[in-house]
Amino acid sequence: MTVAKSNKPIVWGPFAAGGTITAFVTPVLVLLTLFAALGFVPSLLTYENLHAFAANWLGKLVIFGIILLSLWHAAHRLRVTLHDFGIRADTWVAIAVYFIASLGTVATLFYLLRIS
Amino acid sequence: MSRKPYIREMSKTNWFFSQPRYTRYMAREVTCIFILAYTILLIFALKNLADGPEAYAGFLEALNSPLGILFNLAALVGAVYHSTSWFNVTPQAMPIQRGEEFVPGNIIVGAHYGGWALISLIVLFLGV
Amino acid sequence: MSERQIQLEVLRYNPETDSEPRFQTYSVPCLNEWVVLDALNYVKDNLDPTVSYRWSCHMAVCGSCGMMVNGEPKLACKAFIHEYGDQIRVEPLANFPIERDLVTVVDDFIGKLASVKPYLIPKEDKPVSAGEYKQSPVELKTFKQYTLCINCMLCYAACPQYGLVPEFIGPAAISLAHRYNQDSRDGGREQRQEVIASHDGVWECSFVGACSEVCPKHVDPASALQQVKVASTIDWYKEHLMPWMKK
Ligand code: SF4
Ligand code: FES
Repeated sequence: MTVAKSNKPIVWGPFAAGGTITAFVTPVLVLLTLFAALGFVPSLLTYENLHAFAANWLGKLVIFGIILLSLWHAAHRLRVTLHDFGIRADTWVAIAVYFIASLGTVATLFYLLRIS
Repeated sequence: MSRKPYIREMSKTNWFFSQPRYTRYMAREVTCIFILAYTILLIFALKNLADGPEAYAGFLEALNSPLGILFNLAALVGAVYHSTSWFNVTPQAMPIQRGEEFVPGNIIVGAHYGGWALISLIVLFLGV
Repeated sequence: MSERQIQLEVLRYNPETDSEPRFQTYSVPCLNEWVVLDALNYVKDNLDPTVSYRWSCHMAVCGSCGMMVNGEPKLACKAFIHEYGDQIRVEPLANFPIERDLVTVVDDFIGKLASVKPYLIPKEDKPVSAGEYKQSPVELKTFKQYTLCINCMLCYAACPQYGLVPEFIGPAAISLAHRYNQDSRDGGREQRQEVIASHDGVWECSFVGACSEVCPKHVDPASALQQVKVASTIDWYKEHLMPWMKK
């Protein structure tokens, strides 16, 4: 029995890394934006501070890393979840979710580079 | 004697209600929708940050609304559920062998919860 | 010794006369220390000799008495009556075709088990005169828990992905492949990867974790599958991003 090895690892790597990153940081990030939504803008989220953070190359790297991995984590899990819900057009689902993730990745890069 | 195996089909669209452990699994998987939506919000924030102070002020203003609060509350629940369900299975995903023994699971899980608390406190301390 | 009257509902299916299975209820006087298998044996000996089911050891080592007890995959010889109410429902293992009554068709599992080459494939063949293949206790500990599998298939009955995608090689077979891959004396990992790193291999698993919850021998197949995913992912990145790393 010889079957081709699957290419799933390409997306499973970012899925697993992203799952770990989001598990550590997303709840506290949501807490910060929740404060902002309630009208108490945390100091990090003021224009000056966030802009300064994103203008720094290390800040850019942190933001890019978090967004990239969260995005690919969520996109891949969404693919599996849709399969679990009984949507069996896996190829189309895969194209759609990874397209969204790629778009998000490019947009993030683009916006980050505009901040200086 | 003739054979006629009987096949019990599993429902493809509502199997996850048939057992509580499947429902819990689906709840865990569905957290990805919250993570995805929240990440898109972050990208959107970044866009407004790049567009300048007025655009960013507009973003914060839009966020400061019942819908913004609701969205963040939902994202918080989803994100926390993701974190706990993710950390709780770390001993299975990455067992650590020390000599002849495996490090007990609750130590691995505990270390993750500890790191999570520490990171959250640091971000809150520096960010608020 | 206390005795309790149990209503034992048994899913019956006779391929020669029935078009679909139906439940039949037996009233069984059970001793409190009995297991479900004892109740079935009582039915077979005293009430209805036509009931078919598999069993052999009556001590949770042969793996043949797996069935659904109140909807949960269990070894009938390890499911104690005192843990249940007065009504107990037994059905053949889920996710397998029913051959007759509680007997399932297990050819699919047996085939998958064989496909992962669950035996030692030595790195190099050496003559008997060269002596034994040595292994330290630490090296043994790495895979010991995966040797405890009794092929009872409870994990397959618990796994929704196997139920939904029957091609999935499944928990026990992949765990056993992992057991040999982890063995310091073994050199067959490349051959097994062809099967378990394929699409129908480990990648059908979405870490539901039900297999590990129902396994009567605490094999923890879900953990083995996660480790296989991690190792296969590292393989892939090495192969494609660092081709010079390949031996
Ligand atoms: S892994 Fe556990 S549940 Fe699965 S066949 Fe082996 S002993 Fe049974
Ligand atoms: S009869 Fe052998 S495992 Fe139950």
